Amino acid sequence: MLKTTPFHERTAPLVRAQTWRRWAGFQVASAYDPHPEREYAAVRNAAALFDVSPLYKYRIGGPDAARLLDRMVTRDVTRCAVGQVLYTPWCDADGKVIDDGTISRLDERTFRLTSAEPNVRWLWMNAVGLDVTIDEISARTAALALQGPLSRTILQHLTPADLSQLRYFRLVHTAIRDIPVTISRTGYTGDLGYELWVDAERAVPVWDALMACGSGYGITPAGIWALDIARIEAGLVMLDVDYYSAHHALIEDQKSFPDEINLAWTVNLDKGPHNGRRALRRARAGRQAWSFVGIEVDWESMERLYAARGLPPHLPNVAWRTSAPVYRNGEQIGYATSGCWSPLLKRSLALAHLKAPHFAAGTPVQIEVTVEHRRERADAVVRALPFYDPARKRA
Amino acid sequence: MTAARYDAIIVGGGHNGLVTAAYLARAGRKVVVLERRPLVGGAAVTEEVVPGFKFSVFSYVVSLLRPEIIRDLDLPAHGLQILPLESTVTPLDNGDYLAGWPDADETRREIARHSPRDAEAASQFGRLMHHMAMAVKPILGMVPPDPASLAPSDLRGLLKLGGHFRSLGAERFHALFKLMTMSSADYLDEWYEFDPLKATKSASGIIGTFLGPRSPGSAYVLLHHYMGEIDGAFRAWGFQKGGTGAISESIASAARAFGAEVRTNADVERVIVRDGHATGVALANGDEVSAPIVVSGLDPRRTFVDLIEPKHLPDALVEAIRNFRFRGSSGKVNLALDALPEFTFLRDGGRGYRSPLLANALRGAISISPSVDYLERAYDDAKYGEFSRNPYMDIVIPSLIDPGMAPPGKHVMSIFVQYAPYQLNGGWTDAKREAFGDAVIDTLERYAPNIRSIIRHRQVLTPADIERITGLSEGNIFQGELALHQLFFLRPAPAWAKYRTPVRGYWQCGAGTHPGGGIMGASGRLAALEILRGGR
Repeated sequence: MLKTTPFHERTAPLVRAQTWRRWAGFQVASAYDPHPEREYAAVRNAAALFDVSPLYKYRIGGPDAARLLDRMVTRDVTRCAVGQVLYTPWCDADGKVIDDGTISRLDERTFRLTSAEPNVRWLWMNAVGLDVTIDEISARTAALALQGPLSRTILQHLTPADLSQLRYFRLVHTAIRDIPVTISRTGYTGDLGYELWVDAERAVPVWDALMACGSGYGITPAGIWALDIARIEAGLVMLDVDYYSAHHALIEDQKSFPDEINLAWTVNLDKGPHNGRRALRRARAGRQAWSFVGIEVDWESMERLYAARGLPPHLPNVAWRTSAPVYRNGEQIGYATSGCWSPLLKRSLALAHLKAPHFAAGTPVQIEVTVEHRRERADAVVRALPFYDPARKRA
Repeated sequence: MTAARYDAIIVGGGHNGLVTAAYLARAGRKVVVLERRPLVGGAAVTEEVVPGFKFSVFSYVVSLLRPEIIRDLDLPAHGLQILPLESTVTPLDNGDYLAGWPDADETRREIARHSPRDAEAASQFGRLMHHMAMAVKPILGMVPPDPASLAPSDLRGLLKLGGHFRSLGAERFHALFKLMTMSSADYLDEWYEFDPLKATKSASGIIGTFLGPRSPGSAYVLLHHYMGEIDGAFRAWGFQKGGTGAISESIASAARAFGAEVRTNADVERVIVRDGHATGVALANGDEVSAPIVVSGLDPRRTFVDLIEPKHLPDALVEAIRNFRFRGSSGKVNLALDALPEFTFLRDGGRGYRSPLLANALRGAISISPSVDYLERAYDDAKYGEFSRNPYMDIVIPSLIDPGMAPPGKHVMSIFVQYAPYQLNGGWTDAKREAFGDAVIDTLERYAPNIRSIIRHRQVLTPADIERITGLSEGNIFQGELALHQLFFLRPAPAWAKYRTPVRGYWQCGAGTHPGGGIMGASGRLAALEILRGGR
């Protein structure tokens, strides 16, 4: 039996086609409608409300809390201000990525770490000799993501905090209907958006307040299908879909350096000692073997492949998460791990791991597509990520 | 006299004119678009008629905007954002409703509630229409060859066309021929028994034409509806964020990014012709702009009668344009609302939704088409010079799809109304316009009794208003009827269906050329490609 989130009593009646999925042992909506179109549209047009409670969450406190996290992750946690949020991966001693998530500095000595997989053992292993407390607060803390161009307008009606002053990747402790809530300007859609962190016991009234206030602004409960399209457009990597954790990989090839999954920007080799630093320095001294890039499939090429079978192109209305080989000049140079039709950009997109020297933006490649039971190769081109990056995300 | 020298002037900043401009500019030409009104878009404009309430004043949905245009001009980067408009609901006279939902199973169950036979027919009908639309689609992207010509390009085109039709096979070709000649009511009778279903489907066959559902030739327009569904994969169908004006703005923005200049408040009075060549245009304010290419995005009457002196044209063309049928047959009512209308079909006795699916019904279209007789009677009024007392209406509430269209909790409603003949007995007057608006509200009130009490502002547009504001002759929304005798190599006139005109350097790119109709942009694109191919 899967666990249900604190919002289940609100979300369950809305899931019309029983399209549930599992996420970290929880049952969450893939979509509320049978198809995710309207929910995706809300992300880019109005405001979509996601239940992201299944995220793993840890509260790390004590005098050495910053030191623990700084030792563990690739970004410089010592320079993380109170009220700031860092997105970061963390690596094993070989510099291979274990997981990625956010670190929020709630006050001088308290942080909240989110992750895709359980990390409590890894945290304790890194905490040897440090004066810290580590609490798993996953079940106690409910989380919502309100994402989209009208998210700020809706939230501002409900909180006394001045959200126009809340910068990208900052947080504020405030209240909604007298319920203490932490609002961070973060999300997984690449759009203007916020995440709300609230005590699980008092979570439902926050959902109700958002839905009531948001009704005039097109607020739409949205599921993972819609989120998946948005995160691909935003070029955001996903554990277990686009890369494997070094802790679970069975062979070396399944592991990745941060640079190989488009996270080079999160690696600070000049800060204090941290897991994998030596290996990462060594790797940086050599040539980067793999890169994680965008692929845009050429529409006319797709149209031709389908026309040859007497069909109009078929486009999926949910993102795909299977591996598709990528070729150049007839030779396989990598593989795509997820992709979607972008309803906004009107383009077929994919996220792919490509070998050197084939990953420069603009490189013409081919991607395997299955057309009417036949494996074909469609023309495509390498694109820099993200595919979509509206100014409002940071503004 | 303007000092700047251009390669091409586009007369009229409607969406087709803007598409032509963008393609020419993309090919490196120095282009200027001259638009009479203070805003671009022609009939695809968004205007804030009441503060805070935005109306897609005329054209209100996008169905067939060509995917290649979206791609070539990178329109999403310039603001194109098409939002789903997923359902159509027809309220019935007995208080029930008929719905088409985005989910196939839900739709089948809904139709089966009225007729199990029709529920099965619908999927087979959809399959046939798919094949028909596939058969016609290549034609939309092709410069029409002239069957009376022996020029190599025409012969090549005809050969291609013949080959295409042969490839359909006999069965589909015959089905296509039937579709081209029958009335939509007769055609649908072969498939369906539930009258409101036939009525709602046939309604898409009468939009913008002066035909009734029982008029021969109306079946073909059914196909246009399904064409959108083929590109449904591409999802170019729906509601543009910010209204249809935002589509025009996105094309204009793309054109500017390619280097085109877009000038508003620039009223072109006539095209200057010297020695059989177009050399520029004269504006109403006395300015002149010169260029070796002048492209008219206006309708055929404006293009060949108003902008140019008939002496420059062969008599046969003048005659053909005189006989080109405009006959605007539709009007538009835009409402600013203080609350949502309460449609009675939504509710059960206890004020709950009659079905949970109806919670989203108002995000889609509401079709006032309760029976084929209802539509035909509406047409009868128009045939004899009156607006329909009980008109066909296609209603959308854009503010439910894009909250930016109205203040929170308030709404805008767009009502496409047919029939409203341009040639009204006694002509259109302010009083007649209000009476027409009243007929619309009276009809709507039968289905949504609170409508009168929530109207903050009412904008009523008759075909005469459409003509006055946009310049579309006789208020025809397609720049001339989409009737069989005015399509393909006959649009707008035999021998002149390839965007050229008898005046060298003078071109046409509006919806009055093939394929025309809707916010499609295909005419504008094909014209640009012809111009680029044919030089000057």
